[in-house]
Amino acid sequence: MSGLVLTDITKRFGSVTAVDQISLEVPEGTFVCLLGPSGCGKTTLLRMIAGLEEPTSGDIHLNGSRLTDMPAHQRNLGMVFQSLALFPHLSVGENIAYPLKIRGGSRADCEARVTRLLDMVQLPGVADRSITQLSGGQRQRVAIARALAVSPQLFLLDEPLSALDAKLREAMQVELRQLQQHLGITTIVVTHDQREAMSMSDQIVVMSAGRIQQMAAPIDMYRRPANPFVADFLGQANILKVRSAEGGARISGGPVPGLGLAGAGERTMSVRPEDLKVQASEAGPIKATVSFVREMGASVELHLQAGDDRLIAVTPPHSDLCCRVGDTVSVTIPAEACVVFDETGA
Amino acid sequence: MRRTAPETARDYLPIAFPTAMLGIFFVIPFGIMVAVSFFKRVQGGFYEPSFTLANYGRFLSPFFGEVLAFSLGLAALVSVCCLCLGVPFTYRLTRMKRRHQVAWLIGLLGVLSLSEVIIGFAWSTLLSRTAGISNLFVWLGIMDKPVAWTPSFGAVLTGLIYQAFPYTVLVLFPAFSRLDPSLMEAARTLGASPVRAFFNVVLPAMRKTLLATFIIVFIFALGAYLLPQILGRPQHWTLSVLVTDQAVYQSNMPFAAAMAVFLVFASLALVTLSSMINRRGGVT
Repeated sequence: MSGLVLTDITKRFGSVTAVDQISLEVPEGTFVCLLGPSGCGKTTLLRMIAGLEEPTSGDIHLNGSRLTDMPAHQRNLGMVFQSLALFPHLSVGENIAYPLKIRGGSRADCEARVTRLLDMVQLPGVADRSITQLSGGQRQRVAIARALAVSPQLFLLDEPLSALDAKLREAMQVELRQLQQHLGITTIVVTHDQREAMSMSDQIVVMSAGRIQQMAAPIDMYRRPANPFVADFLGQANILKVRSAEGGARISGGPVPGLGLAGAGERTMSVRPEDLKVQASEAGPIKATVSFVREMGASVELHLQAGDDRLIAVTPPHSDLCCRVGDTVSVTIPAEACVVFDETGA
Repeated sequence: MRRTAPETARDYLPIAFPTAMLGIFFVIPFGIMVAVSFFKRVQGGFYEPSFTLANYGRFLSPFFGEVLAFSLGLAALVSVCCLCLGVPFTYRLTRMKRRHQVAWLIGLLGVLSLSEVIIGFAWSTLLSRTAGISNLFVWLGIMDKPVAWTPSFGAVLTGLIYQAFPYTVLVLFPAFSRLDPSLMEAARTLGASPVRAFFNVVLPAMRKTLLATFIIVFIFALGAYLLPQILGRPQHWTLSVLVTDQAVYQSNMPFAAAMAVFLVFASLALVTLSSMINRRGGVT
């Protein structure tokens, strides 16, 4: 299979297992985000792909050839580091030309390539500047250009946008995605920012405690999380205990009509805040008290207490609903919006 | 904290004590030394005030030129050797576990606590024919019979490197521990072998520290006056040894002072020169 194939990759540091038997296939040309909380092993996994860490066991193949025992400098891939790792003693142009020079490129070839790369990252005419003269976003672009200088087979980025301010980060997300689509290069990004993962990738791989929790396309993962961890990590989720009841199921605050559960035991389910229907009248089946209101501008977030459960609902700001803390409202949870997990899923 | 400039005499009070100390124990003795270097020596006595350039005139002799060249050469060689040993050592040290780093650093600080005399005599014993390490080599069958490695140029060099090495590591250590390890990793992912990455990335990024270390060790070695006497022959004596010799044994204070003044200005000139080179070559 072409693309990147990881087989049973395990990495132990002493008694700590950072990456636990991960198998993963990334088809050629796809953009994959490794997403997870800090310490979940995502960076270690990326470093093993780059050759900066040696896996304790397992195999790495790229486009059919085995990478596992190949030293980092022979793997021919591009990597952008969290700190960017631009060489402070070299100019912008020299930084980008560094991998070309190592491969014996002539001076004229290097210069032409540097010019093309700088155009590609929309930073023309800065080749002679010093790294210290550039802004954070510009350095980011230089690091990307340097990593792509030798047209690698694989493009790796370790939390590449974490040092940028929110606005610039959003812009760079779009730009990075467009660049990747334009080049058709297999790309793996490590991030802990779920918005970043949602907005850029073809496939998201959510990791926790050294294992893959789920791999899916962003919207599929958002709509159909495999377990409560994924549901909670990717966007907001109401994770609720649910039991079978007449005409459907019920949570502690009230019934969820039409939701069929297999078996009689207690199960866990997830429902997205925007799927809850909140009404000021008594029309809905679940009665709840407003405990907190967050005005977000584009939406309003309501924190509700329904029985033993705390619910979070997101409504449009222009809805006729005008709640204050202490108001009583009614909530409807549509059965089709609920994702019920297997008992083993927790 | 007040930010206005001091106006009355009272405002200067806090710095009066340090200023006085610096004046009494550094500026005045140095001034006396400069003055003495222009005085005339009295045969059989000490010196008497006058103004003569004769003491400086003696520098123009071939002998003095040779000693000066030898002193500068030796100091430079010690610096280069210390850097060649210290840079790889410190680089490895900063990549060790914290616990091991502390153990090594304490060991190096221990060397600093030894006096120059002890270091000198320890090495002269170690390199001697009767009790030295050549006996060990004979026992191991590497050599035929024990030899005396001291006094010699090699012995002087070894002793000075041994003494300067802890300084080298202590000056290099903070800079190397601040060095971002991802620079090296980036070079590797870009296709540079580890050795090449070290020469292409680590050394150039460290060049200011390397220069600073070179100067510190150089001046340290230039001032050494005991080790060349203990471990070397008279032809291995440095300018500092001559200063001691003239001042203590020949009682020629004016000439010793002139040499000392010259040494101070030679060192200052060197520091200025290298900082100028650094400023011109520096990007950051």
